[in-house]
Amino acid sequence: MSSVAGKRGGIRGNERVAGWLFVAPVVLVLGVFMLVPILMALWVSFTDWNGQGSPFRSGVPLAGLDNYTGLFSEDGLARQNFMTSLRNNAYYVLAVVPLQTVLALGLALVVNKRKAFFRTAFYFPSVTSSVAVSVVFLFMFANTGAVNQILSFLGINGPQWFSDPRGVLHLALDGVGLLDSTAPPAALTGHGVLGLTWWDWTSGPSVAMCAIIALVVWTTSGTFMLMFLAALQNLPVQLDEAGLIDGASRWQRLRHITLPQLRPTLFLVLTLGLIGTWQVFDQIYVMSQGDPAKTTLTPAYLSYRTAFRDFDYGSGAAISFVLFLIIVVFTLLQRRALREK
Amino acid sequence: MRTLTTRFAGYTILVFFSLLFLYPFVIQIGNSFKTEADAAANPLSPLAHPFTTDSVARIFDGTGFPTWLGNSVLVTVVVTLTRVLFNSMAGYALSRLQFRGRKVLFAGVIALMAVPPVVLLIPKFLVLNQLGMYNSYAGLIVPIMVDAAGVFIMKQFFDSVPVSIEEAARIDGAGVFRTFWSVVLPSARPALITLTILAFQGSWNEFPHTVVAVQDPSLFTLPRGLADLVSGSLGAGNQYPLKLGAALLATIPVAIIFVVFQRYFVRGATEGADKG
Repeated sequence: MSSVAGKRGGIRGNERVAGWLFVAPVVLVLGVFMLVPILMALWVSFTDWNGQGSPFRSGVPLAGLDNYTGLFSEDGLARQNFMTSLRNNAYYVLAVVPLQTVLALGLALVVNKRKAFFRTAFYFPSVTSSVAVSVVFLFMFANTGAVNQILSFLGINGPQWFSDPRGVLHLALDGVGLLDSTAPPAALTGHGVLGLTWWDWTSGPSVAMCAIIALVVWTTSGTFMLMFLAALQNLPVQLDEAGLIDGASRWQRLRHITLPQLRPTLFLVLTLGLIGTWQVFDQIYVMSQGDPAKTTLTPAYLSYRTAFRDFDYGSGAAISFVLFLIIVVFTLLQRRALREK
Repeated sequence: MRTLTTRFAGYTILVFFSLLFLYPFVIQIGNSFKTEADAAANPLSPLAHPFTTDSVARIFDGTGFPTWLGNSVLVTVVVTLTRVLFNSMAGYALSRLQFRGRKVLFAGVIALMAVPPVVLLIPKFLVLNQLGMYNSYAGLIVPIMVDAAGVFIMKQFFDSVPVSIEEAARIDGAGVFRTFWSVVLPSARPALITLTILAFQGSWNEFPHTVVAVQDPSLFTLPRGLADLVSGSLGAGNQYPLKLGAALLATIPVAIIFVVFQRYFVRGATEGADKG
């Protein structure tokens, strides 16, 4: 690297000062608005601070681990809300991650050798404002909106998307006659774990959440398509040609030659998806605010709501840290995979 | 014959998905110029019957839109300029300048890149509040004036550039600042364009930060104002043409930049992922 100044001590010293001056703005802003906040919030999560005055005053009541145990082991509204938000987000992750990955991969494969127009079209939603796009989807999923109109052309009576709290797994089981969702079996409603009944845990994403899932898959697929595309264009063509000469069909070549080579990218897209989907906030804020019946409540939105609506900053911060831990696990997974690559 | 069929099938899929990805925007444009009754009755139609610019007029007259627009422009200009300057200074220092603590700093930047923005909502509010910056332009702007990902992109860029030009400048007697300003920065144009575009798009669309930084409607940016508009500041009625129109106006600047500088967006999207 730069041995430029090596010979002249004066410049070396100069460089040392310059180095720190150059990084000073970044260090200052990232330090004050990322590092310090994390430490401060960690402190607040062990208190019952109500937002008045400084959280470091002597009068602020200490809570110890209460804010955390309230989320996991104490029967009450805090745990019920938190577990509901975890359930909602888990279903959301289970739906969004596979859908966006498959769609992104499929789109990348079809646009790989074709015109740039299509790439632009698929990527465009990803660069627009999440709030602006949420407004459009609210309109499309309105009761008399575009989606329900298309469904009615197909002879389907569309639901009232943003006011229907029913879980789609329950509806599906009801649909095939396995159970009556209006009269759930007592075995499931009578027992439960972590403050929710088994019946609540097994609901599946609500109808309302499905609209948000559709929106998010639509906006994120373009970005992940680009990642697959970048990987596809770096693949050596010889392997594919060898397969062609050996008489492998298009599908066989995809299955046995292309996909195995895309494995690192696939892993990357999956882990980035897992990291991103646990952070869903904007769309919830704009479209549903956690309603109906808390079925679109997610930990990120719940932490915001707990702090800024209920002024329970301690619990809000505690929820943030639990969410932080969840995301850190997936980030570490991703880092490991990248190192192997 | 067979290749013709597969080709036809391929294009059918492409056209279908293009519609899926673009038609919502068509709907948005069409319905922005409809009456409320028309929008409710024919949400799918791209054509307005009758065509009216009534909602556009009401966006400027009856909502806080002009204020939000002004704030968005201010925030975006300041944040874009500072990000480009500060991120490239730091990226250059981390790549080229020898000083103690450099490695630790870079590791810190990488670690901060992994911090999910959403868990910083409450923490950021706490600090802004403590510093007396809550509900001010400073609170809206300063915390997002630099970003770890931008520093990383610039560092990677400078790592890949040969040092010979800088050496020549040094030998000619230019100091570190002069070398940076008149030799390094001009030669970093492609990276600077990428950074500018990412910073523009990021700060124009920034939403969660504005939620915890300001509360006063006169400090709202476009996304924040839009969110407020949608969640009911209009009172009764859906007023979709107006909401869609406001969202459309907020999208237009990014759309124009995107169409013109497409490849830089693409570079940004794959850059972060590739090495992040």
